[in-house]
Parts: sequence; structure tokens; C-alpha cells
Amino acid sequence: MKYLDEYRDPALAHRLVAEIWRTVTRPWVLMEICGGQTHTLVKYGIEELVGPRIELVHGPGCPVCVTPLEIIDQAIAIASIPEVIFVSYGDMLRVPGSHSGLFQVKAEGGDVRIAYSPMDALRLARENPRRPVVFFAVGFETTAPANATAVWQARREGLRNFSMLVSHVLVPPAIRLLLESKAGRVQGFIAPGHVCTVMGYQEYEELAARYKVPFVVGGFEPLDLLEAILMLARQLEQGRSQVENQYARSVSRSGNEAARRRMQEVFEVTDRNWRGIGPIAQSGYRLRPEYAGFDAGKVFGVETVTAPEPPECISAQVLQGFKKPLDCPVFGTRCTPAGPLGAPMVSSEGACAAYYQYRRHAAPVGAQS
Amino acid sequence: MSEPAQFTCPVPLAVKDRIVLGHGSGGKLSAELLHEIFLPFLRSPTLNRLDDQAVVQVNGSRLAFSTDSFVVKPLFFRGGDIGSLAVHGTVNDLAMGGATPLFLSAGFILEEGLEIETLRRVAESMGRAAEAIPIEIVTGDTKVVEKGSGDGLFINTTGIGLVPDGVHLSPLLVRPGDRVLISGPIGDHGIAILAEREGIEFATELASDSAPLHGIAAAILAASPEIHAMRDPTRGGVSSALNEIAARAGVGITIEETAIPVREEVRGACEMLGLDPLYVANEGKLLAFVDSRAAETVLDAMRRHPLGSDAAIIGTVTGAHPGLVLLRTPFGTTRIVDMLPGDQLPRIC
Repeated sequence: MKYLDEYRDPALAHRLVAEIWRTVTRPWVLMEICGGQTHTLVKYGIEELVGPRIELVHGPGCPVCVTPLEIIDQAIAIASIPEVIFVSYGDMLRVPGSHSGLFQVKAEGGDVRIAYSPMDALRLARENPRRPVVFFAVGFETTAPANATAVWQARREGLRNFSMLVSHVLVPPAIRLLLESKAGRVQGFIAPGHVCTVMGYQEYEELAARYKVPFVVGGFEPLDLLEAILMLARQLEQGRSQVENQYARSVSRSGNEAARRRMQEVFEVTDRNWRGIGPIAQSGYRLRPEYAGFDAGKVFGVETVTAPEPPECISAQVLQGFKKPLDCPVFGTRCTPAGPLGAPMVSSEGACAAYYQYRRHAAPVGAQS
Repeated sequence: MSEPAQFTCPVPLAVKDRIVLGHGSGGKLSAELLHEIFLPFLRSPTLNRLDDQAVVQVNGSRLAFSTDSFVVKPLFFRGGDIGSLAVHGTVNDLAMGGATPLFLSAGFILEEGLEIETLRRVAESMGRAAEAIPIEIVTGDTKVVEKGSGDGLFINTTGIGLVPDGVHLSPLLVRPGDRVLISGPIGDHGIAILAEREGIEFATELASDSAPLHGIAAAILAASPEIHAMRDPTRGGVSSALNEIAARAGVGITIEETAIPVREEVRGACEMLGLDPLYVANEGKLLAFVDSRAAETVLDAMRRHPLGSDAAIIGTVTGAHPGLVLLRTPFGTTRIVDMLPGDQLPRIC
């Protein structure tokens, strides 16, 4: 933990905050893409420290939040089949589908298990050769290499009872959508450090050049984020729009080429529906045709399950940074983590849930005790 | 390019017709179950107080009375097992009411196929734990359910204790200005169980803190009459216990992140798994709410006891923000410490 504590040092944090305040001459609106970064910003109250000169809005980088309703319904349909062992990251279990959720399926007798890695699902498939084991592969580019490796390994071992329901999404197409939207007001982006660890940041250089907007690849600790904010503030004040790398201890410009080769071997790019946002062209991964035997959607014939999403809450605006969770009229009243109306209230990486958990006391209360 | 007005969002879900694991988490779902199902039908003014133990008058004596069921998996873990945990858990509920524990009952639900040797080890451990306190297990019951209807072994224990004259503890006595004390590092039990179950290698040296708290409770009560309430932060962790007190007493609580003792292994495991130690279960720690003038005295008494050597003052009760628990971060900002809606971990106690 010594390693982490260095990135949470209050004295250094205050020095960075002072430097940010010295740098900015006017207000700027910045967006962090990744839900892990949102969680840190909200948990440590970093918005309080850098506001109001720097306004932070929260991006769509919560995989649990953007996994489309029809995929959740497909997952529920598969998990409800007797004999199936359905394996998922814990956060996905509470996400509401159209009529049910995976926790309900479990309560009704479905064999739904929480795993920390797709390798756990692979192990279950080896241990239960007579039962179909399905892994729910969601996430951004970050989780794609491990998920690809699990399928690759299953094929190599001839594990016919293993399959994967894939709903991977990609960051750059979502940023492009935000930058092309007329309602967009984001002036600089903190690019997602873990995604870039895999992908590198050449894709972001194209975005920076095309849309004249600066990016800083940022880490996930408070000091990482403060430094990234400072670097963005300097670029904006100097009129630059480059890609800089704050998270150099993990990210290189070309990323992890071995991981990407494995991903490309197993996955191909496809159009993807984003929950709360809608369809985005070429914004996701699906299994390549040669891996069709491991595609749970095909294996269980649930690909035709579709689900319309009637307009209900403002999560679309929240996911794109047009609005903040506290702007929502039902935030914390009709919509809470126990009874979420929208996906950002479900995962701890979702902006609404992070606000609910840490910041629903809107007024500062530091001096009250 | 579409504009935000056209974007849509999922419909609300109102599936509330089944029990889910979160109902047993000690968080908001558990509270809902109590308030919507049990309290309206059971209609007991004593139960309505929702303390860890009931305190009832019998022939001029005040008896503390408490029950707890244990479904921990695995049955044996570093630092304890389901048997010792079943003794400590109920003894601690009595001790948090200031009671001297006297007698226990033990009910066993055994699943067909359970190895007799396993049951022998558990019974032996229970006997040893009871003897160490000492408390006598005076009555019991055994039921066997068909294979698949249980999970090896469940235990219920019920305990009776005597509340000494002059001891009055209640969340309703907690008031602004009180200091909040914790008897040692938090999260050991929950993470030890999780490490055992998930094979987290760097935390394999970590042991559950399962321990009887009657001794340290008596020691601090002897040191000062200014202790207003005590809680052992089991399921739902320190956060749930603080939120319960804040709600019951109608006060706010502010805690200091840097003051809260957490072991390195627990912090590391929590970082890795995305958990917060404040929500992780303890089985051998107590929270005390103490008048500020007596806080140092009580802290000293805690630290002199073997179970309290790392005790710390972690926060203050305030009249501001009633019902809300806030944490001050090392950066001087504050955030809410909420009661979780459901489980943070699979069942652990």
C-alpha cells in the first residue's frame, strides 16, 4: 500500500490544487471518461477542491451502465435455463433488465455466480463438464484481453461447455459522438488510463487533431487525477490540443501489443447499442465467426431478444456529461441504488451511484462538526 | 447525429416478491424486511427498539436477551470457525448492552451427508469458546434437513445475560459532542473469510478477529460511567453500525478517514477487490459512543485490554446533518458514509 499512499498524499494534493488555481484564468469544463476515475473524483471530493474554475463532468465509461437492455434480457434468459451456470462480474447482477434482474434469477433458483475473472468461469467449465458455463463478458477495452484469452483458451482445450455473452464497448467512438453533439460543452478530456494501457493512445491523437481538443491520459488515484487536470488546464490556457500522458507508469503510446493481438484474433469490431445513449457505429466487439461455437447468444438462440427502452430518466444526459446527477428531479428520491431507475445509479462506477453514495449532501458540511 | 433529448433510459424495476441475498446483508434491504414484515406483525415495544439485544425486567433484575444465526462459509477459517463464531456472536450482542453473559442455547441445522468429524470439530470449538468466556451452553436442539436443503451446517445461538445496576446503554443516549471510539483495526473478519474463499494470496496470513467482547466492554464500563452506547460492527461493518446509531439517536456523525485503523492486508485486499473496509464485517471489535470529557479515559482503558491495543478515537457526534454519517478525507473534503442497499460481499457471518 505504500505505493498507493504516495498517490494520496494530502500535502502534494494541495500543492497541485494551488498550481491549478494559479494556471487557470477562466472556467474550463473537463470530462473524465472512465467510471473508475469518476469514483475517485467523487469519493475524494476533488470537484470541491478544483471548482468552480474547473468543472468536471462525468463520461460514459461505466460498462455496467452502458450495457444495453436487450443484452441484460439475453443474460437473464440464459441464466434462467436449468443446468446453466451463469458467471458474471458482481456489479452486473443488480442491473435491471426489462422485467427482472440477475439477482431475481438467482433468487428463483438460477445458478448465477460472481467471479473476479473470466478464468474463474473457465475453471467452472472444466469442473462441471456436463453443465453449460456462460461468462457475461462486458466492459471496455480493459477487460477485453482477459475475456479474449478465456475464449482462446477454451477453444484450445476443446471446452465445448464454455461460452460467452459478449457486450464489449469501445471508448473512442463514444468520445467522437460526444464531440459531434451540438449540446457538447466539454473542452478537455481525461482519457481512461486502463483502456490506454491496452490500446495505447494513438486513437486519441486522431481525435485531438480532428476536433482540436486536448486529452491527458490519466490514472485513478487522487494525485493522478489532479495532475491530469493541471496538464489539461495548461493545454487549454496555452491553446494547445495534444495528447499527453500523465499515467506513464502504466501507459505507453503503443499500448500492449500482445494483448491487442489476442483481442483481434478473437473479437471483431461491430456496431453496438449503448444503454441510455443509443446505437453507436463500430463501437463494440463481438466474437469472430470462427469462435461462433463459444458465442452464448448463438448457442442459446437468444440473439433475437430485443428490448425497447422507453424514455424515463435523464441518464442519457448524465452519461454524456450534459447534466450532473444532482440535476435530476428524481435523484435520491424515486431513484436510489436500492431502486435504480437508470443504469448510472446501479454500479459504484456510475456517476449517479457515486454521487448518491458520497455527495448527496449537496452543501459543504466540513465545518459543522 | 442524434441529440440528447432523443436518448432513452431503462424502465424502473419493482420486483419485490422474493428474498434476495441482500436481505441478509445488514443494510437497507434487511431494515426494510424488519420494518415491513416483522415489526408490524410481532408488535413488541422491546423489539421495536431494534437494539442488538433486548433488555427486559424480571423480578427486579434486568436481563439482556439476544439471538443470532450463523451461516458462514467456509465452516473453518483462519482465526476461527462457525462454532466459536456462534458463541462469540451472541455473547457480543449481550455485551454491547453492558450485560454479563450467563447462559447460551445452541440450535443446529445439519444437512444430510455432513461428516460427523466436521460436527465434532465444531462442537469441540464451541465448548472451548464457551469455557474461555466462561458461559454455559445449557440447552440445544438438532434438526437434519435433506441434502440440498441446507449448506452443511447452520447454527443458532441464543443468550441471556445480566445487566449490572448502574449500567444504562442506548443509542437514544448518544448526543452531540460524544466521541466515537473503535477498539481496533476494522475489516479483518470479512477479508479473512474472503481471502480463504477466493484464495487472495497476500492476505492469507490475515486472521478473523472473532473474539468475545464482554471483557473489554466490562473494562471500559468500569473505567467510566460516561459511555452512552456500544455496538459491535458485524454485518455491514462500521458504516452500518454508525448509520443505525445516527438514525436512532437523531444525530449526525463525522469520522476522520486518517484516524480509522485498518491493517495493510485488509487495505490491500479491499483496493484489489473494489471494497471499502468501512463496510466489511468485524467479529471482535466494538464501537463506543462516549461523552467527550471521558473519551481519553475510555481510550486508555480500551488500550490496556488485550483486545483493544490499537483502539482509536475515530469521530464525533454532531447536531448538524442528523441521520447522516460523513467522513472527512485526508484532503479536507467530506463524503457520505452510507448504509449499503444490499451485499458488498457474499455472506460472511
